[in-house]
Amino acid sequence: MSNYIFELKEGLIIALKAIRANKARAILTTLGVVIGICAVALMSTTIKGMDIAFEEGISSLGSDNLYIDKWAWFSNEEFWKMRNRKNLKLSDYEKFKNLAQLPIAVAPTLWIVKKVEFGNNYVEGTLITGSTNEYLKTTNFDFDEGRFFSAIESRSSRNVVVLGKEIADHLFKSKNASEKYIKISGIKFKVVGILKKQGSNLLGNFNPDKQVYMPIGAVFKHFERASKRSIAIIVRARNTSMVEKTKEEAEEIMRRVRGLMYDEENNFSINQQEGLTQNYDKTVGVIKIAGLFITGLSLLVGAIGIMNIMFVSVKERTREIGIRKAIGAKKRTILTQFITEASTICLIGGVIGLILAVLLSMAINKFLPTSIQFDTVILAIVISLITGVLAGFAPAYTAAKMDPVEALRYE
Amino acid sequence: MNIINLENITRIYQVGSEEVRALDDISLRIDKNEYVAIMGPSGSGKSTLMNILGCLDTPTSGKYDFKGINVSDMSDNELAEIRNREIGFVFQTFNLLPRSNAFHNVELPLIYSGMHSLKRKEIAKETLASVGLEDRVHHKPGELSGGQRQRVAIARALVTNPSIILADEPTGNLDSKTGEDIMLLFDAIHKQGNTIILVTHEEHIAKHAKRIIRLLDGKIERDE
Ligand SMILES: Nc1ncnc2c1ncn2[C@@H]1O[C@H](COP(=O)(O)OP(=O)(O)OP(=O)(O)O)[C@@H](O)[C@H]1O
Ligand SMILES: [Mg+2]
Repeated sequence: MSNYIFELKEGLIIALKAIRANKARAILTTLGVVIGICAVALMSTTIKGMDIAFEEGISSLGSDNLYIDKWAWFSNEEFWKMRNRKNLKLSDYEKFKNLAQLPIAVAPTLWIVKKVEFGNNYVEGTLITGSTNEYLKTTNFDFDEGRFFSAIESRSSRNVVVLGKEIADHLFKSKNASEKYIKISGIKFKVVGILKKQGSNLLGNFNPDKQVYMPIGAVFKHFERASKRSIAIIVRARNTSMVEKTKEEAEEIMRRVRGLMYDEENNFSINQQEGLTQNYDKTVGVIKIAGLFITGLSLLVGAIGIMNIMFVSVKERTREIGIRKAIGAKKRTILTQFITEASTICLIGGVIGLILAVLLSMAINKFLPTSIQFDTVILAIVISLITGVLAGFAPAYTAAKMDPVEALRYE
Repeated sequence: MNIINLENITRIYQVGSEEVRALDDISLRIDKNEYVAIMGPSGSGKSTLMNILGCLDTPTSGKYDFKGINVSDMSDNELAEIRNREIGFVFQTFNLLPRSNAFHNVELPLIYSGMHSLKRKEIAKETLASVGLEDRVHHKPGELSGGQRQRVAIARALVTNPSIILADEPTGNLDSKTGEDIMLLFDAIHKQGNTIILVTHEEHIAKHAKRIIRLLDGKIERDE
């Protein structure tokens, strides 16, 4: 064992010497590995960044929430069946809220899409969530300015709004927004609060940054007739371990609220973020496979480059191999020497690739909350070493099994 | 006590469909501290014999005892170990590693024998000094004259304190003055108790040796 470490050390010295003697060639050869390792580092960082962004987004929505809805979000239940369900009404919500024991918060929601305006600034197609003051307890919102609307504002359907960060930035630029009035379909609403940035672009329009919140009564008063639209009820469980129990209770109560007989099917669905997570995993799974394929391919190209140059190097140094064998180098010694050389080239390429990836990740950082982590560095180094060993093996083996007499005669 | 004992050694090269008998039924003994020159016309099998003596090559048939141990059917690794510890090679074309300095070239056999770094460096330095190159330690082969290169090669052959030193036309690439200097070095090495076998074309080089073996067509023609 100590003998092997010794040979490895000597191999390393020999490798560095050989690389220094052929700088230009080593650099060109390394390029493939540089790109490959850069791709590995960026890909793993990007995927991690997407995961973090998604988790942050999910938790900003409240992670222990159930959503009682007319529609099942992620299911194969037939569309027409769900369409024929009775709408969920505000009165259903009231009854449910009075009966439910387990949840720590219950809030109705209704989504509409409108253009919001302030002076000359406006945002088209803004998702507006109508709810009650209890909605806040179903989220993990923090505020930049102001507060959520109060119970009184909620109950009396006042024209007040809370803005997501991006919306506020669009409408007010850098100006103070609190207590100002914005317009939605020509109707004035007072801004009582602005949310902190939640950072979850992966949620699309459901990103709280891009939403406006107002009392659900105000939505019905100004924009929607109560009979036409079905609301959803958000139910927050006390904690993750209580989600299942809370769900069972919610189903039982909803059946009662909806007046269902024991043999009738549910005419509502209870949705969970798990569905969202599964959906995300499916999408990102595709990206991951594509990423794996691309990085694998670029590493393969890099490895072939290294293998090629190592074959050339072995051929050129045939005589050197003969000399080494004549003075007592064993097969294993020669094998170690050339594999070490290939691995060293790959490692150097890997380090350069990592540095490149760090620089590029600063650009990615603008979109995803991520940077290259220690484990990515380790991964990249391990992969470049493995690439070196695999790419170096065949040439090293050719060198190791050379006949010493033939090798010494080589011109 | 003989170090080398060859019995009926034959080495056949297969070239296409033709057989070349480079060595034909050679039997030979060489004792400790002998100084042997092998002579013969080109193609007579001198180098082939040296390669077999040096365990670089194995005979097609016959038996080779080295210090009483049969090496004819040893594995490649065992042969490598014998070469490392027991045999020192000196070649006509020096065969130094071009990118390594004199010191590293001399040190290399000790690296392969697994000797500890401090001891190794000391011995390598001493050996270089013994061939008169203490002031050329950090020169690369390209920065040395032919005679100096051959001295580095001789130091490399001596550094493991081997049982025999094999030199295949060590003066072949040197002018006569330098060649004579190298031969004086071999004489000195022989006086210290080493066993030397060298191949040469030139009678005046062979005169340095105490015994001359003449080969012809793979056979020993004369041994005196
Ligand atoms: N690798 C080989 N393949 C085929 N034939 C070979 C090989 N090596 C040597 N021979 C043949 O074996 C014979 C002896 O060769 P060898 O090299 O031993 O001669 P030599 O006495 O050293 O000659 P020189 O004085 O020219 O160096 C020659 O006929 C040569 O052609
Ligand atoms: Mg010859």
